[in-house]
Amino acid sequence: MSQLKIHTSLNLRNVGCPLNFVKTKLMLEQLSDGQILEIIIDAGEPIRNVPRSIKEEGHRIVSVEEYSDGAFRLLIQKNGGLK
Amino acid sequence: MVDKFIEDGKNKVSVDTKIEGKVGEIDFGTLKSGGLIKQRQKDMFTVRLRCPGGRVPLSKLEKIVEVAKKYAGDYVHLSFRQSIELPYVDYRNFKAIYEQLRQVDQKIASCGPRARVPTACSGCEYNPNGLMDTQKMVKLVDEQFFGYELPHKFKISFSGCPIDCARTNEMDLGFQGAVKPQWDEETCIGCRICSKACIEGAIECAPETGKPKYYPEKCLYCGDCIRACPTNSWQERIKGWNVRVGGRHGRHPIIGHKIAEFISDEDVPRFITTIIKWYENNGKGRGRIRIGVILQIPEMWNMLVRVLRDEFGDKIIENPKPPAKNEIHFE
Repeated sequence: MSQLKIHTSLNLRNVGCPLNFVKTKLMLEQLSDGQILEIIIDAGEPIRNVPRSIKEEGHRIVSVEEYSDGAFRLLIQKNGGLK
Repeated sequence: MVDKFIEDGKNKVSVDTKIEGKVGEIDFGTLKSGGLIKQRQKDMFTVRLRCPGGRVPLSKLEKIVEVAKKYAGDYVHLSFRQSIELPYVDYRNFKAIYEQLRQVDQKIASCGPRARVPTACSGCEYNPNGLMDTQKMVKLVDEQFFGYELPHKFKISFSGCPIDCARTNEMDLGFQGAVKPQWDEETCIGCRICSKACIEGAIECAPETGKPKYYPEKCLYCGDCIRACPTNSWQERIKGWNVRVGGRHGRHPIIGHKIAEFISDEDVPRFITTIIKWYENNGKGRGRIRIGVILQIPEMWNMLVRVLRDEFGDKIIENPKPPAKNEIHFE
């Protein structure tokens, strides 16, 4: 997955729910279909809620990486949802 | 004089009694169906409407407001079972209210010893946690079972997920949506999101590979893992209703415990029929008694479990627990 071209990045550390998802959503709206958004979200509520909401909106999480502090890096492909 | 137990329906109201000298204006047939609750105030009743699952289409709501402005107090009360109640209705207007509400197919609820209006959460239609369609079921159950006469009141509710907003453990019969997950190794990328999404600790991921291990005994069947998984490696294995029986609130609350798992939508009417027929037969001669009280008698509990197992096989769980007292006044 390392060869994926990241179009934009959002550092959402210390951004709570649901603002982290709203920011993700707004950024995705500015991308074209198939482009990749990188986000970093915290452990706890954010990692429980954000991936699920991204999926529900029809996007695809193509890569997930956990940092040592428990935060997560997600690569999201706009409107690349699994069926 | 109007009997103060008028809401209990049958045999409590004498048709011969003169009410303010206006016998002819009261339709006692409609009184008997219940839904009319005597107030403290002379001649005043609360009219309880039938709003299954607490969903009231705007077309009906407009008519209800119109009728309330004409015949009731200056507010409505939302009952604990999700129905709209019109307070301060003079009994002389019952008939007019019935007829005007009937124009929009708005019915009156029931009181007394019978199956009540079923309650429900908003369900899977738009609630992200919802697993099962509570509103569809509540409509069906209301149509098929509302008003069925039984030894005592009988309350049914539907919750769409294990958060259980409809408090299925406090109902005579409660249905709660549930989904059992299954994991596909091939598509799993070992991202660990599922183990973070599961707040019950039912999924732990291996430190090196990130591949999950599932502990079904900790699983509430909420489906968070399925919704969170980026690659759809967690999928639905079976979905349905977990059923609790014998609960009640009131002066002496009882907690109903789970008796069945993953009952399908199609089997819900048969499940209700089996329970209420059993209650009808075994409540005979015991006076006004709730099913949860009967089910605290060990042989009665064992009998019901046998009856259900004959009918629903392994959907009935191993060693289900009978309803238990939850005394709140004499702790």
